[in-house]
This record gives sequence, C-alpha cells and structure tokens, in this order.
Amino acid sequence: MSFISNLIGGLSLGSIYALIALGYTMVYGIAKMLNFAHGDIIMVGAFTIFTAASSLGGNPFVAILCGLVTCVILGVLTEKIAYKPLRGSSPLAVLITAIGVSYFLQSVALLIFGSTQRPFPKLFSLSPIRIGKDLVIKGESIVTLGVTLVIMAGIMLLINKTKIGKAMLAVSEDKGAAQLMGVNVNRTISITFAIGSALAAVAGLFYGLTYNFIGPYTGSMPGIKAFVAAVFGGIGSIPGAMIGGILLGVIENLSKGYISTELSDGIVFAVLILVLLIKPTGLLGKKIAEKV
Amino acid sequence: MALLTVEHLQVNYGVIKAIKDVSFEVNQGEIIALIGANGAGKTTTLHTITGLLQARAGRITFDGVDLMKTPPHKIVSMGIAHVPEGRRIFQQLSVYDNLRLGAYTRSNPREIADSLASVYDRFPRLKERRNQIAGTLSGGEQQMLAMSRALMSRPKIMLMDEPSMGLSPLLVSEVFDIIREINEDGTTVLLVEQNAKKALSIADRAYVLETGRITLSGPAVDLLHNDQVKKAYLGE
Ligand SMILES: Nc1ncnc2c1ncn2[C@@H]1O[C@H](COP(=O)(O)OP(=O)(O)O)[C@@H](O)[C@H]1O
Ligand SMILES: [Mg+2]
Repeated sequence: MSFISNLIGGLSLGSIYALIALGYTMVYGIAKMLNFAHGDIIMVGAFTIFTAASSLGGNPFVAILCGLVTCVILGVLTEKIAYKPLRGSSPLAVLITAIGVSYFLQSVALLIFGSTQRPFPKLFSLSPIRIGKDLVIKGESIVTLGVTLVIMAGIMLLINKTKIGKAMLAVSEDKGAAQLMGVNVNRTISITFAIGSALAAVAGLFYGLTYNFIGPYTGSMPGIKAFVAAVFGGIGSIPGAMIGGILLGVIENLSKGYISTELSDGIVFAVLILVLLIKPTGLLGKKIAEKV
Repeated sequence: MALLTVEHLQVNYGVIKAIKDVSFEVNQGEIIALIGANGAGKTTTLHTITGLLQARAGRITFDGVDLMKTPPHKIVSMGIAHVPEGRRIFQQLSVYDNLRLGAYTRSNPREIADSLASVYDRFPRLKERRNQIAGTLSGGEQQMLAMSRALMSRPKIMLMDEPSMGLSPLLVSEVFDIIREINEDGTTVLLVEQNAKKALSIADRAYVLETGRITLSGPAVDLLHNDQVKKAYLGE
C-alpha cells in the first residue's frame, strides 16, 4: 500500500514539474531560447498568492487570480524588455540574460520578503482520502494531479485545434514563413510567454500547497528539475514535457521511498543521462525533418 | 497607376550593399519576370517587399499604400502572397494545416472552404495527401503546396521566388503552366527565376538584375532576342 501512496505522491510532484516543463518547452519551441528565469516565475507566483491571501481578505480564488495575472504580466514584460532585443543574437547572450533575469527576480524577492521561509497559506481545507485500511492519499495530491491533467488537455486542444495554436506551431518551425502567412510573430511569442507564465503561477500554487513553505529560492530547484524533465521528454515537444515531468516526479518519489532521500536527485539525473545516451533527442524529441 | 511600384530601393545586410538601386513596376494582370544570376539580389528584393527585410532607402507602394509603413503581418491581408525561395512549407504540419495557415488572415469559413475546394480541384494530389505531414511530400508536391498555400490568401499579386528550383524538367514545365493558369484566373505575378528562358517565355515584361541594380528592362519577347541577355542568361 505504501507503494501506491508513494506513486501518487510522485504523480502529484511530477504534475508540478510537468506544468513548469510545459512553459520551458513552449518557450524553447517558439523563441528557441532556454528561459532560465522560468523557475523564478513560480516563486513570484507563490509569493503573490501568499501576499494576496493575507491582505485581500483571504478569498483563495482572488489570491490565485492575482498570482496568475502577476506572472503573466511579468513573463510578457521580461520577454519584451530582456529577450526581444536579443532576438537573432548569439544563443549564449540570451542564455546569460536569462540567468541575469533569474538572479534579479530572486534578489527582488529577497529584498521584499527576506531570506526566511514563509508559511504558505492553507488556501483550501482538503481532507485526505482514505482507501481501505492503510492507504491515505493527501487531498492536495489529488487536486494537483487532477487540475494538471485538465490543464494538459486544454493545452493540447489549444495547440492542435485553434488558430493561435497553429500559428504557434508555424512560428516555432519558421518565423519568416509564418510572417508570410500574415501571422503576427511578436504577438504569438508574447502569447506563448503568457501561457508559460500562467502555468508557472499554477505550479507555484501547487508547490506552496505541497511543501507549505516558500522562499526567494523556491523556484530554482523545481525550475532545474522541470528543465531536466523537458529535455528528458524531448525539448520542444509538448507531450514530451508532460510525460517527462510526470515520470521525473515518480522516479524522484520512488527513489526517496525505496532507495534514499539524499540520492534521489542523483538518481533523477542518472536516468536523464541514460535516456539521452540511448535517445539523444529525448523520449519524444522530434526527428530532424528530412529536406527533399 | 501600377499595382506594385518599387522606387530606388536600397537594402543592406550589415555593411554589405545587396540592393543598390532597384526600381520597377508591376501592372494589374501582368506576369513580370525578374531575372539575374545567383547573388544578384532577387530574393532580397522580394523579402523587402513583404517585410521580412527592412529597406535602407527607397519606396515600395502597393495599391496606393506605402508598404514600408505597413506592419509585416498586415501585408498579406492587403493582397500580397509570397512563395519563398526553397518553398519553406511547414514540414512538421499536415498538408491541410499548411493550406489553412495560408488563409490565416481570412475569417469567413465558407469562403475559405471554397478556396480549399478550388485548390484541391487544381491539385488532386494535395487532396489525396491532405492529412499527410508536409515534410514527407516530394519536391514537386512541396512546390505545389507552397503555391497553393499562397493562393489560399486570395492574393491580388503573387511573388514567386525560383519556383522551378530543384525540379525535374517535366515538373518545371508543369510549374510554369500553373503560373500561367494562376495569372489567367486574374492574379498578377512577379516571378523571380534563374531559369531565364522559361520565365521570359511566359512573362509580359521583364527586368534584369545585376549585383543590386536593374540593368535592362522591356517586353519579355524583346529580352528573349536581346544579344546581351542571350549571352549572359540563355546560354546561347
Ligand atoms: N543573410 C545574408 N547576410 C549577408 N548577406 C546576404 C544575406 N543574404 C543574401 N546576402 C547577399 O546579398 C546578395 C543578394 O543575395 P540574394 O538576394 O539572395 O540574391 P539572389 O536571390 O538573386 O540569388 C548576395 O551578395 C548575397 O551574398
Ligand atoms: Mg535567391
């Protein structure tokens, strides 16, 4: 029975990674850049919800909405101010800028909230679910997993069935050709950053609900793990990010449960290296299309 | 008044002056050929018209509107379609998705469906393969798809950049037949080609581009018999 609760804990942790990895992979696909500040958007989301919940009368949905809006604005502004001017310059310059943005966000949070961890508000009173004699599943896990699955389905529908989704796919393959179709490339990139940042806000919410404490560096480890998950699933691939995130969470949690808590991160990275050795493009990485 | 007018165009890549002084005009209903050797600046000229590149100086006017002041994504809805060099179809999307992206600026579903039906009529191969990933099409089919995708925007003018590149002689003739048909259906055509003979044989008028300047222009039949053109571009 403890295997099942470990597994469900892993699925829920993996959901958080998957939400972050989706943002990583969508931004990579469309802007061809690794947005290393993406993890810190989670932290901003969590702190915004924290602040809004304690100052706006405690309506959880208003607090979450504040987190979403703040992250979306932050993500879109970051792209416009920091990344867009560098479009077309060397990938290294963009990468270093993203790392700079990451430190900037952490420092601002440090100035406002200090370095001590803050307790994340209990926004919902979720009772654990008891199945049989000794299987207990945390309510947060079920909500995290359920909401993530709904979001994933929504993203898949958006990408594959809507006009803006097709525009995103077109821009990610060939910006110039997309522009020749009349696609507004800048707007499409902004929308992608907005979606990625909204997902990061949701991840920040679930992170806070799961771990109960947040601090200025809250985003960095999940950010790195989610980046690993995106590479693991095949960077640029949306289903890859979903599967990669979930698998990573499950591997991490099972390693913690059965092998060692200290080694669990090491095991996660070992699995990544193994996958990349066997399939360098990641689990669902795209084949390079053959030119005729 | 001409449909498309380019006046004293200059375009640079950094310090490289790719287009030094290019002027030409395209009238409603014409097929205009722009011929010239590799590196003469043909692609650069087309890219500047459709906003993929910024001009350094000069004027581009379409239907009386200053194109240089028009945001690139609005140029398509004015009635300009561009079939780019190397086709640049969306390799990872289906044939159908490529065609739908061609109609990106249009909103009436009935009219879009009509355009799709007429494309499928003209190119039954594309209809058969509508759900296939476009990257798996043959070179000839990809060229048909690129032209169809451009037609889906219902353009007043089509800019075509070396549509015959890399195709077998049989397919080259087919492509030129299609260009003539598109023109007969009322679409103005600006055709860039290295295959000068074929291009001149279907064009009304033509311009010769040499290292960023127009050096010769006139009715296509005259250029076909011009000694200079014969020597430099027709291999005679
Ligand atoms: N991206 C680029 N960067 C620098 N120079 C370029 C670039 N593209 C084209 N050029 C140069 O501009 C000139 C014109 O090129 P192009 O317009 O592609 O010619 P054409 O289409 O007639 O073969 C050439 O000298 C070419 O080397
Ligand atoms: Mg060219």
